[in-house]
Amino acid sequence: MSTPRDITPPQPTPETAPYWAAAREGRLLVKRCNACGEHHAYPRALCPFCFSEDTVWEEASGQGTIYSFSIMRRAKVPYAVAYVTLAEGPTIISNIVDAEFDALRVGQPVRLAFRAATDGQPVPMFAPASEP
Amino acid sequence: MPQPKACIAGIFEHPTRRADDKPLAQLHAEVAAGALRDAGLSKSDVDGYFCAGDAPGLGPLSMVDYLGLRVRHVDTTDTGGSAYLVHVAHAAEAIAAGKCNVALITLAGRPLAEGMGSGLGLRLDNMPDVAFEAPYGTAVLNLYAMVAQRHMYEFGTTAEQLAWIKVAASHHAQHNPQAVLRKVLTVEDVLASPMVADPLRKHDCCVINDGGGALVVTRPEIARGLGRPVVSLRGSGTAVKAQMGGKVDLTYSAGRFSGAAAFEEAGVTPADIRYASIYDSFTITVLCTLEDLGFCEKGRGGAFVADGNLISGVGRLAFNTDGGGLCSNHPGNRGGITKVIEAVRQLRGEAHPAVQVPDLHLALAHGTGGSLGTRHGSATLILERN
Repeated sequence: MSTPRDITPPQPTPETAPYWAAAREGRLLVKRCNACGEHHAYPRALCPFCFSEDTVWEEASGQGTIYSFSIMRRAKVPYAVAYVTLAEGPTIISNIVDAEFDALRVGQPVRLAFRAATDGQPVPMFAPASEP
Repeated sequence: MPQPKACIAGIFEHPTRRADDKPLAQLHAEVAAGALRDAGLSKSDVDGYFCAGDAPGLGPLSMVDYLGLRVRHVDTTDTGGSAYLVHVAHAAEAIAAGKCNVALITLAGRPLAEGMGSGLGLRLDNMPDVAFEAPYGTAVLNLYAMVAQRHMYEFGTTAEQLAWIKVAASHHAQHNPQAVLRKVLTVEDVLASPMVADPLRKHDCCVINDGGGALVVTRPEIARGLGRPVVSLRGSGTAVKAQMGGKVDLTYSAGRFSGAAAFEEAGVTPADIRYASIYDSFTITVLCTLEDLGFCEKGRGGAFVADGNLISGVGRLAFNTDGGGLCSNHPGNRGGITKVIEAVRQLRGEAHPAVQVPDLHLALAHGTGGSLGTRHGSATLILERN
């Protein structure tokens, strides 16, 4: 992991700008619906479960576990893509960083980390959590 | 048994696997001409046209113009590589509703000539999910790999079991002169190929190539007069599955729903099927689909595919006897149409003699479009020789 991978900048929209603004402050947000109480991801204005417009941003704990992962071995800079299940419930696509790729396991606890995209925007990612 | 709604009267698979010298529209025209020739129909008989979102220009408008068609029905449903199976089902519905008599379905793609790799030619700039995936380097490859990784975790599926799927495809591809890969592979060969996205190796992946295909769907009265074996659509199903708002479950595909719908409409069960064309973008696509269609219990796909069970003349279920996308042809990264084509060949008795399933009356064709790892469209057809 000597050379960082070039991270494609996200393209914030009015619907998702608060998510990326929070990332610039080192925080991970998830959307929760006041009508049905469900968290969802990726964030939408209308709840994908009940279609209520009453959705609000909540700060996630940053704790999660690896649901699945894959190592892109042949990329110029190999990287680990993963689905991470957040403590809040939703499972999101991310990268696992600061990790020995060969030691990654499904079910492994991870914690929030950030890497900057090529335009400087911090992007939420995850690193193996320290042993309990 | 009710009268079938429609029949697949014409099929054509473009022989090319690299089309630097032919633009996309020309490939569409060549496969259209081939399928009409196969059916014994002419262009002036066509009154319905079907293509997916990757057709050149403004889809059906550009293509109807270029092909010189006069149509009263068009459909451009796009579910990625499974779209062409959906088109067959929609064509049958349109024919039954009196909206057209002869439906032409075309696919062509030039990922090699256009240097687009494994992309589907989609516009990404307005997709709502892209900001939450593109920064992480998601690709068709690693998304399917995550399906395989989770399957291994949940069910103990092994790399050897996945390899058997490629081995079976390679046994069939040896008899197909147009196949990209004709070498017969062993499980050891597959396991020795380089890891590209854990746990998928190079040989777990399909080929990337230019090409195309076309189908002609018509009403049974017309099909019966064409002097060819009549292959009818007995049942169909379509379903979409995605990330479900974050309640991600990679252990099953939408094939669970499209398959159930198709079997119910057809009034048959997986036990009645001896030949199946199963979309094979990757080995895991086949394994997951076979479970979801009910050929074995969920989680038992690894055991089902092992030991040559998918090899024609050897195992319980002959699959992709043309060599499939894994070895022969995945035109334009959209392999659904070749799934239908080989199923029709099998039902007509026109598959290669070395892989032809004897006395075949029922066949299944299944497509998986998009990505199993994020959002995909499944389509299942049950076809019958009358």
